[in-house]
Amino acid sequence: MPETPELIAETIVQEFSEFGDDWTLKYEFLMEQAIHLEPFPDTYRLDAFLIPGCQSQVWLAVERTENRYHFFADSDALITKGMIALLLRVVQDQTAAAISATSFDYITKIGFHNQLSPTRANGLRSMIQRIKQTVV
Amino acid sequence: MASINDIRAAFPYFSQGPGATGYVYLDNAATTQKPFAVLEAMNQFYIHSCANIHRGVHRLSQSASIAFEDARGITAQYFGVNNPQQIIFTSGATESINLLAQGLAKSHLKPGDSIMLSVLEHHANFLPWQEWAHAHQGTLKTLPLTSDFEIHWPELESHFKSGIALLSITAVSNTLGIRLPLEQIINIAKRYGVPVCIDAAQLAAHQYMNLDTLQPDFLVCSAHKLYGPTGTGILYLAPSWLNTLPISKTGGGAISKVSWEKTEYVDGALRYEAGTPNIAGVLGFAAALKKLQQWDLATCEKHEQQCLNYLEQQLIQIPEIIVYAQGKPKIGSLSFNVKGHHAFDVGSFLDRYQIAVRTGHHCTQPLMTHLNVSGTIRVSVGIYTSQDDINAFINALKKTLVHLLKYHA
Repeated sequence: MPETPELIAETIVQEFSEFGDDWTLKYEFLMEQAIHLEPFPDTYRLDAFLIPGCQSQVWLAVERTENRYHFFADSDALITKGMIALLLRVVQDQTAAAISATSFDYITKIGFHNQLSPTRANGLRSMIQRIKQTVV
Repeated sequence: MASINDIRAAFPYFSQGPGATGYVYLDNAATTQKPFAVLEAMNQFYIHSCANIHRGVHRLSQSASIAFEDARGITAQYFGVNNPQQIIFTSGATESINLLAQGLAKSHLKPGDSIMLSVLEHHANFLPWQEWAHAHQGTLKTLPLTSDFEIHWPELESHFKSGIALLSITAVSNTLGIRLPLEQIINIAKRYGVPVCIDAAQLAAHQYMNLDTLQPDFLVCSAHKLYGPTGTGILYLAPSWLNTLPISKTGGGAISKVSWEKTEYVDGALRYEAGTPNIAGVLGFAAALKKLQQWDLATCEKHEQQCLNYLEQQLIQIPEIIVYAQGKPKIGSLSFNVKGHHAFDVGSFLDRYQIAVRTGHHCTQPLMTHLNVSGTIRVSVGIYTSQDDINAFINALKKTLVHLLKYHA
Protein backbone atom coordinates (compact mmCIF):
# COMPACT_ATOMS: atom_id res chain seq x y z
CA MET A 1 0.00 0.00 0.00
CA PRO A 2 1.56 3.33 -1.02
CA GLU A 3 1.36 6.36 1.19
CA THR A 4 -1.48 8.75 0.43
CA PRO A 5 -0.98 11.24 -2.43
CA GLU A 6 -1.04 14.08 0.12
CA LEU A 7 1.84 12.59 2.12
CA ILE A 8 3.91 11.91 -1.00
CA ALA A 9 3.31 15.46 -2.25
CA GLU A 10 4.47 16.79 1.13
CA THR A 11 7.63 14.71 0.85
CA ILE A 12 8.33 16.14 -2.61
CA VAL A 13 7.84 19.71 -1.36
CA GLN A 14 10.22 18.89 1.50
CA GLU A 15 12.83 17.52 -0.92
CA PHE A 16 12.66 20.65 -3.07
CA SER A 17 12.84 23.00 -0.09
CA GLU A 18 16.45 21.90 0.35
CA PHE A 19 17.34 23.44 -3.03
CA GLY A 20 16.11 26.92 -2.09
CA ASP A 21 16.09 29.09 -5.21
CA ASP A 22 18.87 27.17 -6.95
CA TRP A 23 17.37 26.22 -10.29
CA THR A 24 20.35 24.19 -11.37
CA LEU A 25 19.84 21.88 -8.38
CA LYS A 26 16.12 21.61 -9.11
CA TYR A 27 16.76 20.68 -12.74
CA GLU A 28 19.45 18.19 -11.80
CA PHE A 29 17.04 16.63 -9.31
CA LEU A 30 14.45 16.34 -12.09
CA MET A 31 16.97 14.60 -14.34
CA GLU A 32 17.85 12.30 -11.44
CA GLN A 33 14.17 11.42 -11.06
CA ALA A 34 13.98 10.85 -14.81
CA ILE A 35 16.77 8.32 -15.02
CA HIS A 36 15.32 6.37 -12.11
CA LEU A 37 11.84 6.22 -13.60
CA GLU A 38 10.64 2.68 -14.26
CA PRO A 39 11.48 1.75 -17.88
CA PHE A 40 8.69 2.35 -20.35
CA PRO A 41 7.55 -0.97 -21.89
CA ASP A 42 8.19 -1.10 -25.63
CA THR A 43 4.72 -2.57 -26.16
CA TYR A 44 3.27 0.80 -25.21
CA ARG A 45 5.51 2.87 -27.48
CA LEU A 46 2.62 3.54 -29.83
CA ASP A 47 0.98 6.71 -31.11
CA ALA A 48 -2.06 5.91 -28.98
CA PHE A 49 0.04 6.54 -25.86
CA LEU A 50 1.81 9.61 -27.21
CA ILE A 51 1.04 13.17 -26.10
CA PRO A 52 2.64 15.06 -28.99
CA GLY A 53 3.96 18.56 -28.49
CA CYS A 54 6.11 21.26 -29.97
CA GLN A 55 8.96 20.88 -27.55
CA SER A 56 9.21 17.25 -26.51
CA GLN A 57 7.31 13.99 -26.80
CA VAL A 58 5.60 12.31 -23.89
CA TRP A 59 4.26 8.77 -23.63
CA LEU A 60 1.83 7.74 -20.93
CA ALA A 61 0.30 4.29 -20.39
CA VAL A 62 -1.57 2.72 -17.49
CA GLU A 63 -2.28 -0.80 -16.20
CA ARG A 64 -5.04 -1.62 -13.73
CA THR A 65 -4.64 -4.29 -11.11
CA GLU A 66 -7.78 -4.81 -9.05
CA ASN A 67 -8.70 -1.27 -8.10
CA ARG A 68 -5.24 0.30 -8.35
CA TYR A 69 -3.58 2.03 -11.30
CA HIS A 70 0.04 1.64 -12.34
CA PHE A 71 1.44 4.23 -14.73
CA PHE A 72 4.30 4.05 -17.21
CA ALA A 73 5.68 7.20 -18.78
CA ASP A 74 8.56 8.39 -20.89
CA SER A 75 9.82 11.48 -22.67
CA ASP A 76 12.68 12.21 -25.04
CA ALA A 77 13.60 15.23 -22.89
CA LEU A 78 15.03 14.49 -19.44
CA ILE A 79 13.58 17.54 -17.69
CA THR A 80 10.13 16.74 -19.04
CA LYS A 81 10.55 13.11 -18.02
CA GLY A 82 11.60 14.26 -14.53
CA MET A 83 8.44 16.35 -14.24
CA ILE A 84 6.32 13.34 -15.19
CA ALA A 85 8.21 11.25 -12.65
CA LEU A 86 7.17 13.78 -9.99
CA LEU A 87 3.54 13.46 -11.08
CA LEU A 88 3.67 9.67 -11.12
CA ARG A 89 5.22 9.37 -7.65
CA VAL A 90 2.03 10.87 -6.25
CA VAL A 91 -0.53 8.83 -8.20
CA GLN A 92 1.37 5.55 -8.62
CA ASP A 93 -0.65 2.47 -7.55
CA GLN A 94 -3.40 4.63 -6.03
CA THR A 95 -7.12 4.00 -6.42
CA ALA A 96 -9.28 5.85 -8.93
CA ALA A 97 -10.93 7.77 -6.10
CA ALA A 98 -7.57 8.84 -4.64
CA ILE A 99 -6.21 9.86 -8.07
CA SER A 100 -9.32 11.84 -8.95
CA ALA A 101 -9.09 13.68 -5.65
CA THR A 102 -5.36 14.36 -5.92
CA SER A 103 -4.33 17.98 -5.79
CA PHE A 104 -1.33 18.92 -7.88
CA ASP A 105 -0.81 22.19 -5.99
CA TYR A 106 2.59 20.92 -4.90
CA ILE A 107 3.83 21.70 -8.45
CA THR A 108 3.31 25.39 -7.67
CA LYS A 109 4.92 24.98 -4.24
CA ILE A 110 8.11 23.57 -5.76
CA GLY A 111 8.29 26.51 -8.18
CA PHE A 112 7.16 24.96 -11.44
CA HIS A 113 3.88 26.89 -11.77
CA ASN A 114 5.07 28.29 -15.12
CA GLN A 115 5.02 24.71 -16.39
CA LEU A 116 1.27 24.66 -15.75
CA SER A 117 0.46 27.21 -18.47
CA PRO A 118 -2.60 26.00 -20.40
CA THR A 119 -1.02 26.98 -23.71
CA ARG A 120 1.81 24.49 -23.43
CA ALA A 121 0.54 21.73 -25.66
CA ASN A 122 2.13 18.90 -23.73
CA GLY A 123 2.86 20.75 -20.56
CA LEU A 124 2.13 19.44 -17.11
CA ARG A 125 -1.50 20.49 -17.27
CA SER A 126 -2.25 18.17 -20.17
CA MET A 127 -0.32 15.34 -18.49
CA ILE A 128 -2.35 15.81 -15.31
CA GLN A 129 -5.54 15.85 -17.39
CA ARG A 130 -4.47 12.66 -19.16
CA ILE A 131 -3.74 10.93 -15.82
CA LYS A 132 -7.11 11.92 -14.38
CA GLN A 133 -8.99 10.99 -17.57
CA THR A 134 -7.42 7.53 -17.58
CA VAL A 135 -8.95 6.57 -14.26
CA VAL A 136 -12.44 8.00 -14.81
CA MET B 1 27.01 54.74 -39.27
CA ALA B 2 25.50 53.69 -35.96
CA SER B 3 27.51 51.80 -33.35
CA ILE B 4 26.09 48.78 -31.56
CA ASN B 5 25.71 50.94 -28.45
CA ASP B 6 23.74 53.57 -30.41
CA ILE B 7 21.46 50.85 -31.75
CA ARG B 8 20.96 49.24 -28.34
CA ALA B 9 20.12 52.66 -26.87
CA ALA B 10 17.23 52.90 -29.35
CA PHE B 11 15.59 49.76 -27.93
CA PRO B 12 13.76 49.97 -24.59
CA TYR B 13 14.45 46.23 -24.17
CA PHE B 14 17.98 47.11 -23.05
CA SER B 15 17.17 50.03 -20.73
CA GLN B 16 13.73 49.11 -19.35
CA GLY B 17 13.08 45.53 -20.40
CA PRO B 18 14.66 42.17 -19.54
CA GLY B 19 17.90 43.25 -21.24
CA ALA B 20 18.43 45.75 -18.42
CA THR B 21 18.97 42.84 -16.02
CA GLY B 22 21.23 40.98 -18.41
CA TYR B 23 18.75 38.62 -20.08
CA VAL B 24 20.29 37.90 -23.50
CA TYR B 25 17.81 37.67 -26.34
CA LEU B 26 18.99 35.34 -29.11
CA ASP B 27 15.60 34.40 -30.57
CA ASN B 28 15.40 37.11 -33.20
CA ALA B 29 14.30 34.74 -35.95
CA ALA B 30 11.08 34.21 -33.97
CA THR B 31 10.54 37.92 -33.42
CA THR B 32 12.65 40.98 -32.78
CA GLN B 33 12.60 43.59 -30.02
CA LYS B 34 11.06 46.94 -30.95
CA PRO B 35 12.77 50.34 -31.02
CA PHE B 36 11.27 53.41 -29.30
CA ALA B 37 10.57 54.87 -32.77
CA VAL B 38 8.10 52.07 -33.55
CA LEU B 39 6.26 52.45 -30.25
CA GLU B 40 6.15 56.23 -30.71
CA ALA B 41 4.76 55.99 -34.25
CA MET B 42 1.97 53.71 -33.03
CA ASN B 43 1.24 55.94 -30.02
CA GLN B 44 1.21 59.05 -32.18
CA PHE B 45 -1.45 57.51 -34.38
CA TYR B 46 -3.65 56.45 -31.49
CA ILE B 47 -3.25 59.78 -29.68
CA HIS B 48 -3.28 62.35 -32.48
CA SER B 49 -4.85 60.92 -35.63
CA CYS B 50 -6.87 57.87 -34.70
CA ALA B 51 -9.41 57.45 -37.48
CA ASN B 52 -10.28 54.95 -40.14
CA ILE B 53 -8.54 55.42 -43.46
CA HIS B 54 -9.75 55.98 -47.02
CA ARG B 55 -13.27 56.62 -45.74
CA GLY B 56 -13.79 59.98 -44.16
CA VAL B 57 -13.93 63.60 -45.22
CA HIS B 58 -12.80 64.78 -41.80
CA ARG B 59 -9.25 65.84 -41.14
CA LEU B 60 -8.36 62.93 -38.87
CA SER B 61 -9.27 60.38 -41.50
CA GLN B 62 -7.43 62.35 -44.11
CA SER B 63 -4.23 62.64 -42.11
CA ALA B 64 -4.40 58.94 -41.15
CA SER B 65 -4.94 58.02 -44.82
CA ILE B 66 -1.96 60.11 -45.90
CA ALA B 67 0.23 58.56 -43.18
CA PHE B 68 -0.88 55.06 -44.20
CA GLU B 69 -0.10 55.65 -47.88
CA ASP B 70 3.21 57.28 -46.93
CA ALA B 71 4.00 54.07 -45.04
CA ARG B 72 3.26 52.11 -48.20
CA GLY B 73 5.72 54.35 -50.06
CA ILE B 74 8.41 53.87 -47.39
CA THR B 75 7.89 50.09 -47.49
CA ALA B 76 8.04 50.03 -51.31
CA GLN B 77 11.24 52.04 -51.25
CA TYR B 78 12.78 49.74 -48.63
CA PHE B 79 12.11 46.73 -50.84
CA GLY B 80 13.30 48.46 -54.01
CA VAL B 81 9.85 48.70 -55.57
CA ASN B 82 9.07 51.78 -57.65
CA ASN B 83 5.28 51.40 -57.59
CA PRO B 84 3.95 51.38 -53.99
CA GLN B 85 0.69 49.81 -55.20
CA GLN B 86 2.58 46.52 -55.53
CA ILE B 87 2.87 46.40 -51.73
CA ILE B 88 -0.24 44.96 -50.07
CA PHE B 89 -0.45 45.18 -46.31
CA THR B 90 -1.54 42.00 -44.54
CA SER B 91 -1.42 40.67 -40.99
CA GLY B 92 1.89 38.93 -41.68
CA ALA B 93 3.69 36.45 -43.92
CA THR B 94 1.27 33.67 -42.99
CA GLU B 95 -1.77 35.64 -44.11
CA SER B 96 0.09 36.79 -47.23
CA ILE B 97 0.75 33.22 -48.34
CA ASN B 98 -2.81 32.17 -47.55
CA LEU B 99 -4.22 35.10 -49.57
CA LEU B 100 -1.91 34.20 -52.42
CA ALA B 101 -2.74 30.49 -52.35
CA GLN B 102 -6.49 31.19 -52.30
CA GLY B 103 -6.15 33.76 -55.09
CA LEU B 104 -4.05 31.50 -57.30
CA ALA B 105 -6.45 28.62 -56.68
CA LYS B 106 -9.18 30.66 -58.39
CA SER B 107 -7.30 31.26 -61.63
CA HIS B 108 -3.76 30.12 -62.10
CA LEU B 109 -3.64 26.72 -60.41
CA LYS B 110 -5.45 23.84 -62.18
CA PRO B 111 -6.44 20.51 -60.60
CA GLY B 112 -3.54 18.09 -60.80
CA ASP B 113 -0.89 20.83 -61.00
CA SER B 114 2.47 20.52 -59.28
CA ILE B 115 3.82 23.06 -56.80
CA MET B 116 7.47 23.01 -55.85
CA LEU B 117 8.68 23.85 -52.33
CA SER B 118 12.00 23.27 -50.59
CA VAL B 119 12.61 21.00 -47.63
CA LEU B 120 13.63 24.13 -45.72
CA GLU B 121 10.15 25.68 -45.69
CA HIS B 122 8.51 27.04 -42.58
CA HIS B 123 5.05 25.49 -42.15
CA ALA B 124 3.63 28.90 -43.19
CA ASN B 125 4.94 28.28 -46.71
CA PHE B 126 4.03 24.60 -46.69
CA LEU B 127 0.54 24.13 -45.27
CA PRO B 128 -1.40 26.51 -47.59
CA TRP B 129 0.04 24.67 -50.60
CA GLN B 130 -0.51 21.24 -49.05
CA GLU B 131 -4.15 22.21 -48.37
CA TRP B 132 -4.56 23.27 -51.99
CA ALA B 133 -2.90 20.07 -53.25
CA HIS B 134 -5.15 17.86 -51.09
CA ALA B 135 -8.26 19.64 -52.34
CA HIS B 136 -7.27 19.67 -56.02
CA GLN B 137 -5.37 16.41 -56.55
CA GLY B 138 -2.22 18.48 -56.82
CA THR B 139 1.32 17.33 -56.16
CA LEU B 140 3.95 18.92 -53.92
CA LYS B 141 7.43 18.52 -55.36
CA THR B 142 10.68 19.17 -53.51
CA LEU B 143 13.26 21.64 -54.71
CA PRO B 144 16.20 19.36 -55.57
CA LEU B 145 18.96 19.99 -53.03
CA THR B 146 22.19 18.06 -52.51
CA SER B 147 23.04 16.72 -49.04
CA ASP B 148 25.03 19.93 -48.63
CA PHE B 149 21.95 22.07 -49.38
CA GLU B 150 23.21 23.14 -52.81
CA ILE B 151 20.75 23.32 -55.71
CA HIS B 152 20.89 20.39 -58.10
CA TRP B 153 20.49 22.57 -61.22
CA PRO B 154 19.97 19.93 -63.95
CA GLU B 155 17.29 18.24 -61.83
CA LEU B 156 15.60 21.58 -61.20
CA GLU B 157 15.50 22.30 -64.93
CA SER B 158 14.06 18.90 -65.72
CA HIS B 159 11.31 19.53 -63.15
CA PHE B 160 10.58 22.89 -64.77
CA LYS B 161 10.47 21.20 -68.20
CA SER B 162 7.95 18.64 -66.99
CA GLY B 163 5.71 21.41 -65.67
CA ILE B 164 5.63 23.23 -62.35
CA ALA B 165 2.72 25.60 -61.75
CA LEU B 166 4.44 27.52 -58.96
CA LEU B 167 7.72 27.57 -57.08
CA SER B 168 7.34 28.86 -53.53
CA ILE B 169 10.53 28.95 -51.51
CA THR B 170 12.09 30.59 -48.53
CA ALA B 171 14.94 33.01 -49.12
CA VAL B 172 16.67 31.94 -45.90
CA SER B 173 16.01 28.86 -43.76
CA ASN B 174 14.55 29.97 -40.42
CA THR B 175 16.17 26.91 -38.86
CA LEU B 176 19.60 26.63 -40.48
CA GLY B 177 20.18 30.22 -41.61
CA ILE B 178 21.31 29.13 -45.07
CA ARG B 179 20.26 31.22 -48.06
CA LEU B 180 18.94 29.89 -51.36
CA PRO B 181 20.40 31.45 -54.56
CA LEU B 182 17.24 33.36 -55.44
CA GLU B 183 18.67 35.27 -58.37
CA GLN B 184 19.69 32.15 -60.33
CA ILE B 185 16.52 30.26 -59.37
CA ILE B 186 14.28 33.11 -60.55
CA ASN B 187 16.23 33.46 -63.81
CA ILE B 188 15.74 29.80 -64.68
CA ALA B 189 12.12 29.81 -63.53
CA LYS B 190 11.42 32.77 -65.80
CA ARG B 191 12.88 30.87 -68.75
CA TYR B 192 10.30 28.13 -68.18
CA GLY B 193 7.47 30.51 -67.28
CA VAL B 194 7.24 29.24 -63.69
CA PRO B 195 5.94 31.90 -61.25
CA VAL B 196 8.07 32.27 -58.11
CA CYS B 197 6.95 33.20 -54.61
CA ILE B 198 9.65 34.15 -52.10
CA ASP B 199 9.16 33.84 -48.35
CA ALA B 200 11.44 36.65 -47.20
CA ALA B 201 10.42 36.48 -43.52
CA GLN B 202 14.00 35.68 -42.51
CA LEU B 203 16.01 37.49 -45.20
CA ALA B 204 14.39 40.93 -45.09
CA ALA B 205 15.63 41.68 -41.56
CA HIS B 206 19.24 41.04 -42.56
CA GLN B 207 19.74 42.10 -46.18
CA TYR B 208 18.39 44.83 -48.42
CA MET B 209 16.40 43.44 -51.32
CA ASN B 210 15.65 45.14 -54.63
CA LEU B 211 12.49 43.54 -55.94
CA ASP B 212 12.36 45.59 -59.15
CA THR B 213 15.70 43.95 -60.01
CA LEU B 214 15.13 40.51 -58.47
CA GLN B 215 11.69 40.29 -60.11
CA PRO B 216 9.96 37.54 -58.17
CA ASP B 217 6.26 37.15 -58.92
CA PHE B 218 5.33 37.29 -55.25
CA LEU B 219 7.12 37.98 -51.99
CA VAL B 220 5.89 37.82 -48.41
CA CYS B 221 7.32 39.10 -45.17
CA SER B 222 6.29 39.92 -41.57
CA ALA B 223 6.92 43.28 -39.92
CA HIS B 224 7.61 41.81 -36.49
CA LYS B 225 10.77 40.09 -37.69
CA LEU B 226 12.04 43.49 -38.94
CA TYR B 227 11.75 45.28 -35.59
CA GLY B 228 8.17 46.30 -36.42
CA PRO B 229 4.92 45.39 -34.62
CA THR B 230 3.20 42.01 -34.65
CA GLY B 231 0.09 41.55 -36.79
CA THR B 232 1.49 43.37 -39.83
CA GLY B 233 3.17 42.16 -42.99
CA ILE B 234 3.25 42.47 -46.74
CA LEU B 235 2.38 40.61 -49.89
CA TYR B 236 4.33 41.96 -52.86
CA LEU B 237 2.83 41.42 -56.30
CA ALA B 238 4.79 41.75 -59.54
CA PRO B 239 3.21 44.26 -61.98
CA SER B 240 1.71 41.44 -64.08
CA TRP B 241 -0.17 40.06 -61.04
CA LEU B 242 -1.43 43.35 -59.63
CA ASN B 243 -5.19 43.47 -60.32
CA THR B 244 -5.05 40.08 -62.12
CA LEU B 245 -4.46 37.92 -59.00
CA PRO B 246 -8.04 37.15 -57.91
CA ILE B 247 -8.99 38.56 -54.53
CA SER B 248 -9.67 36.07 -51.77
CA LYS B 249 -10.75 38.51 -49.05
CA THR B 250 -13.72 40.78 -49.68
CA GLY B 251 -15.28 43.64 -47.73
CA GLY B 252 -15.26 47.36 -47.15
CA GLY B 253 -12.61 49.60 -48.64
CA ALA B 254 -11.76 47.33 -51.56
CA ILE B 255 -14.67 48.25 -53.79
CA SER B 256 -15.55 50.96 -56.30
CA LYS B 257 -19.22 50.02 -56.77
CA VAL B 258 -21.51 47.50 -55.05
CA SER B 259 -25.01 46.50 -56.15
CA TRP B 260 -27.15 43.42 -55.52
CA GLU B 261 -26.11 42.03 -58.88
CA LYS B 262 -22.46 42.85 -59.15
CA THR B 263 -19.47 44.44 -57.39
CA GLU B 264 -16.59 46.27 -58.95
CA TYR B 265 -13.33 46.38 -57.06
CA VAL B 266 -10.80 49.19 -57.05
CA ASP B 267 -7.47 48.71 -58.77
CA GLY B 268 -4.22 48.69 -56.85
CA ALA B 269 -3.25 47.57 -53.38
CA LEU B 270 -6.59 48.49 -51.78
CA ARG B 271 -8.25 45.82 -53.94
CA TYR B 272 -6.60 43.25 -51.66
CA GLU B 273 -6.97 45.08 -48.34
CA ALA B 274 -10.66 44.65 -47.52
CA GLY B 275 -11.67 45.71 -44.02
CA THR B 276 -9.88 48.10 -41.71
CA PRO B 277 -6.20 47.26 -41.85
CA ASN B 278 -3.81 47.29 -38.90
CA ILE B 279 -3.18 51.02 -39.35
CA ALA B 280 -1.05 51.47 -36.24
CA GLY B 281 0.89 48.33 -37.18
CA VAL B 282 1.62 49.62 -40.67
CA LEU B 283 2.77 52.99 -39.30
CA GLY B 284 4.97 51.19 -36.78
CA PHE B 285 6.38 49.03 -39.56
CA ALA B 286 7.30 52.09 -41.64
CA ALA B 287 9.00 53.61 -38.56
CA ALA B 288 11.04 50.42 -38.17
CA LEU B 289 12.09 50.44 -41.83
CA LYS B 290 13.17 54.08 -41.56
CA LYS B 291 15.36 53.20 -38.57
CA LEU B 292 16.90 50.28 -40.45
CA GLN B 293 17.79 52.58 -43.32
CA GLN B 294 19.15 55.17 -40.92
CA TRP B 295 21.36 52.56 -39.25
CA ASP B 296 22.25 51.08 -42.64
CA LEU B 297 21.21 47.47 -42.71
CA ALA B 298 24.19 46.56 -44.92
CA THR B 299 26.59 47.60 -42.14
CA CYS B 300 24.45 45.87 -39.53
CA GLU B 301 24.55 42.71 -41.60
CA LYS B 302 28.35 42.64 -41.59
CA HIS B 303 28.30 42.89 -37.82
CA GLU B 304 25.65 40.16 -37.52
CA GLN B 305 27.79 38.01 -39.79
CA GLN B 306 30.79 38.47 -37.51
CA CYS B 307 28.68 37.44 -34.51
CA LEU B 308 27.42 34.31 -36.27
CA ASN B 309 30.87 33.34 -37.53
CA TYR B 310 32.32 33.83 -34.06
CA LEU B 311 29.49 31.76 -32.60
CA GLU B 312 30.10 28.91 -35.03
CA GLN B 313 33.85 28.96 -34.37
CA GLN B 314 33.21 28.76 -30.64
CA LEU B 315 30.63 25.98 -30.98
CA ILE B 316 32.70 23.69 -33.17
CA GLN B 317 35.44 23.68 -30.54
CA ILE B 318 33.08 21.93 -28.10
CA PRO B 319 33.23 18.19 -28.84
CA GLU B 320 29.66 17.45 -27.71
CA ILE B 321 28.15 19.96 -30.17
CA ILE B 322 26.80 19.21 -33.64
CA VAL B 323 26.35 22.34 -35.79
CA TYR B 324 23.94 21.92 -38.70
CA ALA B 325 25.04 23.13 -42.16
CA GLN B 326 28.47 23.56 -40.57
CA GLY B 327 30.82 25.78 -42.56
CA LYS B 328 28.08 27.10 -44.84
CA PRO B 329 27.40 30.84 -44.89
CA LYS B 330 24.50 31.68 -42.61
CA ILE B 331 22.14 34.61 -42.32
CA GLY B 332 20.57 35.37 -38.96
CA SER B 333 20.32 31.86 -37.51
CA LEU B 334 22.39 28.85 -36.57
CA SER B 335 21.09 25.49 -35.34
CA PHE B 336 22.92 22.94 -33.23
CA ASN B 337 22.39 20.04 -30.87
CA VAL B 338 24.22 18.55 -27.91
CA LYS B 339 25.01 14.91 -28.67
CA GLY B 340 22.79 12.58 -26.67
CA HIS B 341 20.71 15.37 -25.17
CA HIS B 342 17.36 16.83 -26.03
CA ALA B 343 17.14 20.43 -27.23
CA PHE B 344 14.42 21.09 -24.64
CA ASP B 345 16.79 20.21 -21.77
CA VAL B 346 19.52 22.45 -23.17
CA GLY B 347 17.10 25.34 -23.71
CA SER B 348 15.63 24.95 -20.21
CA PHE B 349 19.06 25.36 -18.61
CA LEU B 350 20.02 28.22 -20.94
CA ASP B 351 16.89 30.12 -19.92
CA ARG B 352 17.91 29.73 -16.28
CA TYR B 353 21.33 31.10 -17.26
CA GLN B 354 19.64 34.21 -18.71
CA ILE B 355 19.72 33.22 -22.38
CA ALA B 356 16.70 33.11 -24.70
CA VAL B 357 17.09 30.70 -27.60
CA ARG B 358 14.51 28.69 -29.48
CA THR B 359 14.33 24.93 -29.14
CA GLY B 360 12.15 22.46 -30.98
CA HIS B 361 11.24 21.94 -34.62
CA HIS B 362 10.93 25.67 -35.45
CA CYS B 363 7.77 25.00 -37.48
CA THR B 364 9.93 23.07 -39.97
CA GLN B 365 9.01 19.44 -39.31
CA PRO B 366 9.80 18.28 -42.88
CA LEU B 367 13.34 19.65 -42.39
CA MET B 368 13.63 17.90 -39.00
CA THR B 369 12.69 14.64 -40.71
CA HIS B 370 15.28 15.37 -43.40
CA LEU B 371 17.96 15.98 -40.72
CA ASN B 372 16.68 12.97 -38.75
CA VAL B 373 16.35 14.94 -35.52
CA SER B 374 13.35 15.74 -33.33
CA GLY B 375 14.47 19.32 -32.84
CA THR B 376 17.43 21.66 -32.61
CA ILE B 377 18.59 24.59 -30.54
CA ARG B 378 18.55 27.73 -32.65
CA VAL B 379 20.53 30.86 -31.92
CA SER B 380 19.37 33.84 -33.98
CA VAL B 381 20.98 37.27 -33.96
CA GLY B 382 19.65 40.76 -34.62
CA ILE B 383 21.11 44.18 -35.32
CA TYR B 384 21.66 44.77 -31.58
CA THR B 385 23.42 41.46 -30.86
CA SER B 386 26.90 42.04 -29.49
CA GLN B 387 29.92 39.79 -29.21
CA ASP B 388 29.39 39.99 -25.44
CA ASP B 389 25.97 38.39 -26.00
CA ILE B 390 27.62 35.52 -27.87
CA ASN B 391 30.21 35.14 -25.12
CA ALA B 392 27.45 35.09 -22.50
CA PHE B 393 25.69 32.41 -24.51
CA ILE B 394 28.83 30.26 -24.87
CA ASN B 395 29.53 30.55 -21.13
CA ALA B 396 25.95 29.58 -20.31
CA LEU B 397 26.14 26.65 -22.73
CA LYS B 398 29.36 25.40 -21.13
CA LYS B 399 27.73 25.56 -17.68
CA THR B 400 24.69 23.75 -19.09
CA LEU B 401 26.90 20.98 -20.45
CA VAL B 402 28.41 20.43 -17.02
CA HIS B 403 24.91 19.64 -15.73
CA LEU B 404 23.73 17.64 -18.70
CA LEU B 405 26.81 15.49 -19.17
CA LYS B 406 26.24 13.96 -15.72
CA TYR B 407 23.18 12.29 -17.18
CA HIS B 408 22.58 10.24 -20.27
CA ALA B 409 19.33 10.72 -22.10
